[in-house]
Amino acid sequence: MPTQRRDAAIVGIYEYPKRKAPGVTPLQIKAECAARALEDAGLSWKDVDGLYDAQDGAGMAGLSLAEYFGFRPNVIDTTAVGGSSYEFHAAHAKRDIAAGRCRVALLTYGSTAHSDARRIGTMGGGGGGAPSPLSNMTDPYGMTLISNYAMVARRHMYQYGTTSEQLARIAVATRVHAMRNPQAVQAMTDLEFQDIREITVEDVLNSRMIADPLHLLDCCMVSDGGGAVVIAAPEVARDCRQTPVWIIGSGEATSYSENGSDITVSAAAQSAPRAWAEADVRPGEIDVAMIYDSFTITVLVMLEDLGFCKKGEGGDFVSEQRLRFDSPLKPALNTDGGGLSSNHPGMRGIFLLIEATRQLRGESTSQVPGARLAVAHGNGGMLATSHTGGTIVLARD
Amino acid sequence: MSDRPQPRFPEPDTQPYWEATKEHRLLYLVDRDTGDVVFFPRRHNPKNGSSNLEWRESKGLGTVYTFSVVRLNRHPAFAELGPYAVAYVDLDEGFRILTNIVGVEDPTRDIFIGQRVKLTWLDQSTGISIPVFEPA
Repeated sequence: MPTQRRDAAIVGIYEYPKRKAPGVTPLQIKAECAARALEDAGLSWKDVDGLYDAQDGAGMAGLSLAEYFGFRPNVIDTTAVGGSSYEFHAAHAKRDIAAGRCRVALLTYGSTAHSDARRIGTMGGGGGGAPSPLSNMTDPYGMTLISNYAMVARRHMYQYGTTSEQLARIAVATRVHAMRNPQAVQAMTDLEFQDIREITVEDVLNSRMIADPLHLLDCCMVSDGGGAVVIAAPEVARDCRQTPVWIIGSGEATSYSENGSDITVSAAAQSAPRAWAEADVRPGEIDVAMIYDSFTITVLVMLEDLGFCKKGEGGDFVSEQRLRFDSPLKPALNTDGGGLSSNHPGMRGIFLLIEATRQLRGESTSQVPGARLAVAHGNGGMLATSHTGGTIVLARD
Repeated sequence: MSDRPQPRFPEPDTQPYWEATKEHRLLYLVDRDTGDVVFFPRRHNPKNGSSNLEWRESKGLGTVYTFSVVRLNRHPAFAELGPYAVAYVDLDEGFRILTNIVGVEDPTRDIFIGQRVKLTWLDQSTGISIPVFEPA
């Protein structure tokens, strides 16, 4: 029945278990995750010939990361487009493997955002670095990252009647999954969440307003963490320890606010149709949707732009019990507990690939019975201004 | 109160824009050939790559496209402000600016999408002035 091409598969995954990791560096996290993901695949350090890196390794990127790791790769790809970088990397790895440029591609991520006390969401503006036209036009206004996404939420509410209650349902479903995932529970414990339990819509609405209309529980955590993904050619994948999870479609896109543009439409509206067409599947067939949940509004917009429902109907779509792993309705959403309740060290994209792979192997802590098809959609940058969207469609045999 | 983050120079694309704020003039760019409005300022038209652009002065009237009231910003200049509104305003000349909405009693209650607003200025000790908007 599957007609898709089988050019490359995810064969190894590893998620760094700690969300609070003082005393280690992002580079050390990357290297440890690399070793564990290769072990998961049944491959070794010397098998790696493609290195994909989002330049997150504390000054050692690309070439110097290869040296730090001890690789002499045939392909180095340092695409850094924010949290979706890993979906871009997966797309590039598949392309490079299909072209015969490499056979074993390694994606790694490491971050100590929590231990560094990086105020990712609540520190706007006022940049360091070289001045740019964009920084000069935005720095004086105090636009935090959260308020940037909140402006999309506000406009979505205005255009489509979306409510805070509907957004809250995304956080509620995600927390159900987090409570089933011991790593997520430990994460919330280590990061000193006030109430580590399943939450209600009222809990979300009663949590502190951070930037209207987004409450505290509409926002992801800032953790430490990291992970690694190994992608291999079919002839390698066949001999790996794990069932291969095939990359059957990909799409990449960039979007930004322009004069007169509609900021409720994200880059996913461009990246997703390409990915679906290549994979030859429709959104309605997808069992598990791993969607970047920096905020609840991010998920709502992406569900629409991925085509799970029509533009503007996201509020009603998530109002059903649909998003839970045990719902008969598809798709299940963010079954690891998401960035909202499990893991968000700044660039969550790699965890979308990791949990989607777990689901298609049958290994999730909130396993969707018989899951065969998954999508991972990463969002990078700032949703109301400039951002990227990377869509990866995954299938098991 | 701490100073707000200021635009930094040299930055040739936006320098003329900020120079004009010293005289309380809000400038934008127009493509002389196509009439396209170009904003944020840069030397080319992002629709066609042309550099045949000219500066024009906005009348400073527009409509709130969207906004958020920020309750938590750890930057010292904003931490002390209390809730304040970040917004996109669509100017009548056809460009969209990131800005603040000021001059309201309660930003959580008195600002709405579609609201007509007019330009006002926050003079800075650096000599430039920051264009912001208040209800028209």
